[in-house]
Amino acid sequence: MTLRFRRPEAHAGDLIFSWVLRGAAMGLPALLFSIAFFLFQRAEPAIAKFGWGFFTGSVWDPVQENFGALPAIYGTIVSSFLALLLAAPLSIGTALLLTEVLPRRLASAVGFLVEMLAAVPSVVYGLWGIFVLVPWLRQSLEPALARNLGWIPLFSGPPYGVGMLAAAIILAIMIAPTITSIAREVFRAIPRQQREAALALGATRWETMRLAVLRSGKAGVFGAAILGLGRALGETMAVTMVIGNRPSISASLLEPAQTLSSVLANEYAEAASDLHLAALVEIGLALFAVTFAVNAFARLFLWRRTLGRSAR
Amino acid sequence: MTTTSPFLLETRGLSAWFGNAQAVKPTTLGCAANTVTAIIGPSGCGKSTFLRCLNRLHEEVPGARAQGEVFLENGPVYGPGVDPVAVRRKIGMVFQKPNPFPALSILENTVVGLRLAGVRRKNVLRELAERSLRLAALWDEVKDKLDQPGMSLSGGQQQRLCIARALAVEPRVLLMDEPTSALDPVSTARIEELVTELKKEVTVVIVTHNMQQAARISDRTAFFLLGEVVEFGETSRLFTNPVDPRTERYITGRFG
Amino acid sequence: MSRRYFGDYVFRSYGWRHLQSRVMIGLLAAACGLVLLPLFSILGYVVWQGLPALEPAFFTQLPGSVGEAGGGMANAIVGTLTLVGLALLLGLPWGIALGIYLSEYGRGRFASVVRFSVDMLSSVPSIIIGLFVYAWVVIPMKRFSAVSGGVALALLMLPTVARSTEELLKLVPGHVREAGLALGLPRWKVILRIVVRGSLGAIATGVALALARVAGETAPLLFTAFGNRYWNQGLDQPIASLPVQIFNYAISPYEEWHRQAWGGSLVLIALVLGLNISMRAALRRKGKTGDS
Repeated sequence: MTLRFRRPEAHAGDLIFSWVLRGAAMGLPALLFSIAFFLFQRAEPAIAKFGWGFFTGSVWDPVQENFGALPAIYGTIVSSFLALLLAAPLSIGTALLLTEVLPRRLASAVGFLVEMLAAVPSVVYGLWGIFVLVPWLRQSLEPALARNLGWIPLFSGPPYGVGMLAAAIILAIMIAPTITSIAREVFRAIPRQQREAALALGATRWETMRLAVLRSGKAGVFGAAILGLGRALGETMAVTMVIGNRPSISASLLEPAQTLSSVLANEYAEAASDLHLAALVEIGLALFAVTFAVNAFARLFLWRRTLGRSAR
Repeated sequence: MTTTSPFLLETRGLSAWFGNAQAVKPTTLGCAANTVTAIIGPSGCGKSTFLRCLNRLHEEVPGARAQGEVFLENGPVYGPGVDPVAVRRKIGMVFQKPNPFPALSILENTVVGLRLAGVRRKNVLRELAERSLRLAALWDEVKDKLDQPGMSLSGGQQQRLCIARALAVEPRVLLMDEPTSALDPVSTARIEELVTELKKEVTVVIVTHNMQQAARISDRTAFFLLGEVVEFGETSRLFTNPVDPRTERYITGRFG
Repeated sequence: MSRRYFGDYVFRSYGWRHLQSRVMIGLLAAACGLVLLPLFSILGYVVWQGLPALEPAFFTQLPGSVGEAGGGMANAIVGTLTLVGLALLLGLPWGIALGIYLSEYGRGRFASVVRFSVDMLSSVPSIIIGLFVYAWVVIPMKRFSAVSGGVALALLMLPTVARSTEELLKLVPGHVREAGLALGLPRWKVILRIVVRGSLGAIATGVALALARVAGETAPLLFTAFGNRYWNQGLDQPIASLPVQIFNYAISPYEEWHRQAWGGSLVLIALVLGLNISMRAALRRKGKTGDS
């Protein structure tokens, strides 16, 4: 009896196919690199003119061609962190509710709604911000804040409606689904035995969540928050529409401000002088570098570690 | 302690379901104080589910429910208004795979149940931790590294840490769900040794798929098959002189 | 019987602990309600404010003159469809190729660099993509154009397409590949004819989800496609799009334009969420994903 095996031959087709795919793959790191390169190249005139002073200068005057990015950097950082402060507890709470409390069917329905929140286009958030959120802030929340907490510089000044607070709230709404769905994944990856260990010790439902879920998922939840922060830092349209776009640094959250991305959205298409354009690209470069660093940090250090653990 | 029933832990007609599938058929068993009761049977026979009904952990699985009666020191475990959390404090449990809390140190893992119950004072916690780690025969191995994570221990040590954790709240009963199935032979032997020691402190109910283990450490053995107790009696008698032919077939390895 | 140590130290009653547990679960539910509240508010306002704006003219006419009543967003609707079509044309082959590479060849150091790059590209702010395409396409062409807008959207959909393709192909069990190879087929034929073709439906839904995402993008179009008050005159000319038009109208001082911005938002949201929901439903029916 003879069995005939056809020996696998090195097909030319296989070689071509794998090299085409490899080329497509190689294009991606190359793309990231060329984004950085193009930004750097086009920002060069501004870098040459202002040096590090660009990041510490607080005057942004296209007419005088004097460009300092500090107000935009300040606005980006403050609005993003404030958004994180608002969104993180709410999102983590929602994720806990979805994985630990609600029955499966209801949880997947609510989870679906949360994901719909992530699918709403940024410009629609902005429109809603201008015509619903901002008037409410101006007429209700901000006067109340100023009345009761006005002695804190954070809440002083006239209620414009538009401003840092409006931007932070709208960012919080937008990053909540990101944080929620990642935190949900983290909680889901925690083995059942952890929860049963807590229950068997006589823990209540909340104590079980705290002990078996929150404490075990701490690193992953932190990673989720950082990814949410990364999204907030780069978000453009909705923020541009509600932040008021004023290049100033104010202690009050009720005052208008600007962010790196809102400056770009407002001025880039209309910038006339080369230096103005270069300064705007440098702002873009700064934004790129910061979001890249934040996201790379989240993925390389936090995300992989927690996923690695849960995969074990 | 004086009791009207000879048993510390007793079930009467206890049955369990997953959705519409009955996993445990009405079961009546009794465990006397300071004894070890082994539950043996082929996998999928409902022995683990039965065990998880005793501390009302079964009902935490979505769609699962239990029916019938369980008495601990003559108190109904499934009575109206009985708090499952209070039940679980009195009936500790050790699982198949060691499951110390990954974020907690050895010391914190040991005293976590006490913390939940509201014990706050550091020196008290430490004293009680030492007591339960000694009971679990782990103290000498970990006394110099109590602040290291519980996960840094070996598998066998982790399982003894889980035993210490369960013992810390001074339960009346310790349920063990195949506690050595994930361990090597040496660690298994240590745990078996420990179980016979622990008899002085608690009443043990242990589920095992290993008949030799049941024969070595238990006083009485229940043989489960297809969700039902086929035979229950003195371990020595059951293994040498089984009444039911199915038991005989199982213990002589001629089953299925 | 040994001495009981611990009973003397119990301070917290079960009643208190259960109350705490209930209060905390109530707070979790409240948090969830707060997270979802904006969704309902947004959907409610968009329908309530947008529906009256959707007259027939809205879908058939060009924008009216500044601030006057009448006119529509027909050019923006067509523009968005054109841009999405361009993005599909430009981004799809690359995205699918990347997905196949990651799933079928994606082992080793280089593959993890590629995978990391995909993650990083998806986290680049979309306005930066716009800035890059401006330098890469708009400047050499010397004008804003539909093509540059399409390139920007294609780059944005790339990571989504690549990752969903990778994940779907990974669901194809290894024995299917082995069966193909055992027939003596070359590897590339096994991958294309058996593995990819078998998942084509699911891949298409993944692509549609990516399109839904980029269809609503505004920031990368601001200085690529730019915008146009008239019909597009060719792919090398500026082109209107719904998101950019909504943005311009929303920040304008005119009532009539605000009205149309809501109308445009309703169309955009119907497009994006409609695509999203139907694709998810299709994916779930095929049982290719877990819940939601």
